[in-house]
Amino acid sequence: MVNVIQQLFNGLVGGGFLALLALGLAVIFGMLRVVNFAHGAFYMLGAFGAYLLLTEAGVNFWLALLVVPAALAVVGMALERAFVHRLTQLDPLYNFLLTFGITLILQDLIKVRYGNQSQPYSRPALLDGSVNLGLFQYPSYQVFVLGFAIVLCLLVWLLLTRTRVGMIVRAATERPELTRSLGVDVGRWVTPVFGFGIGLAALAGVLAAPMRAVHPMMGSDLIITVFAVVVIGGLGSIFGSVVAGFGIGMAQAVGNLYVPALSQTLVFILMAVVLLWRPTGLFGREGVLT
Amino acid sequence: MLTIESLSAGYGEAQVLREVSLNVTEGEVVTLVGRNGAGKTTLLRCLMGLHRQQTGRIEFLGRDLGRIPTHHRARSGLGWVPDDRGIYATLSVTEHLTLARPTGPDPWPLSRIYDTFPVLHERRRFPGTRLSGGEQQMLAMARVLRMGARMLVCDEPTEGLAPLLVQRIGDIIRDVKAHGHTVLLVEQNVHFAASVADRHYLLAEGGIAEELDNTEVRRRESELLAYLGI
Repeated sequence: MVNVIQQLFNGLVGGGFLALLALGLAVIFGMLRVVNFAHGAFYMLGAFGAYLLLTEAGVNFWLALLVVPAALAVVGMALERAFVHRLTQLDPLYNFLLTFGITLILQDLIKVRYGNQSQPYSRPALLDGSVNLGLFQYPSYQVFVLGFAIVLCLLVWLLLTRTRVGMIVRAATERPELTRSLGVDVGRWVTPVFGFGIGLAALAGVLAAPMRAVHPMMGSDLIITVFAVVVIGGLGSIFGSVVAGFGIGMAQAVGNLYVPALSQTLVFILMAVVLLWRPTGLFGREGVLT
Repeated sequence: MLTIESLSAGYGEAQVLREVSLNVTEGEVVTLVGRNGAGKTTLLRCLMGLHRQQTGRIEFLGRDLGRIPTHHRARSGLGWVPDDRGIYATLSVTEHLTLARPTGPDPWPLSRIYDTFPVLHERRRFPGTRLSGGEQQMLAMARVLRMGARMLVCDEPTEGLAPLLVQRIGDIIRDVKAHGHTVLLVEQNVHFAASVADRHYLLAEGGIAEELDNTEVRRRESELLAYLGI
């Protein structure tokens, strides 16, 4: 029993990463109708950014947690202005080609310098120990990651539900044309929202650096699962992506315990089941894709 | 106030509007009557800049709308009330009224909106799609009045509503007109159209077939109904 609970806790921590990545994908998709296949690459760049700052400039984890997401958000906004915004009038195939192409370029740029291997990144001194959670000891850093991910998701939730920008994002996600016809300059918010989504991915990457391998392919390994999470939560549903993120994290962890052979496929089986039951995902609405 | 000259538009190969010309004077209520597929909604979408016009000219308040983006058209005083009412599931009633900022020439204060539509005040915390069809229609109209529209562009506001609610929508349109607003109305319900409007354009096969006044519409009601296939 303790084993299961501990595994569920592992799942929640892993789910935190999935939720942060899925959240960014969902706001980007909602506002731009672009599925950002490069999202995993920015997660990876987040981790490498932290590693680079530490090894080249001695910048510690806490500062990296601020600087790296902000810097990559700016890179994301530049990318949106230069390329991504051209996708809106084009066949969705170009969406795939462009964002997947960006992924390959970013991955290979990192490989040129670091090869195909993992780089070490140690936990911040403050969180090096472990805490007693009653039933078991758990690494402090992992507890911090979980708390941080939950707080972030809540903050984004408040931003979306309590601010004018959030209202515009919700309205434009649901009915972009109608929203413009009500005098709202939707286009003005597209670039910042893209940058924000990229920033969230980079933040997840920095958080991952001390507990996962900092590796050029770390993003592409994870992003497939994140896409399944977004589909399960309901494409365009921000709430759904967060709930599905944590849910899938836990399902994977428990699945690992009982049917380790299915660990890679479980999420896709779940996705198929959810789609058969609810074709728009758990919290999705019809018509988002039209 | 609004002048449309030789407007043509279509979808790919299919020509939907052919050389449509019409005009609406300030303070008037004008309806566009026509069968399904006659091009009424396309005309309104061209007016809002949501559908590309191939040729022709649209002038609103003395300004050529040609290349003006949709959100600027709205701010210049065009209040679009779409045929599906355009109500958001993720926005509350209050948010519907504040999303459209008072950027137009003649915004109603929120207090006036709630005085005119008390039911919207009662339901102000409800998500938009939890309202009934009639309430959603009122919200869609209230929202563009809040924005400051000089001209309401309503696409079949009475569609699917019970007779009592149709009457209520009629009262609202007459009230809005009495306060100096202009209304361009797409309508299939000829009887309703004659009860609220000053003039009517009959749209057939993508062009204006006839311009009618109220007495003529009343006299030819059964003929028009047969033509519209109702």
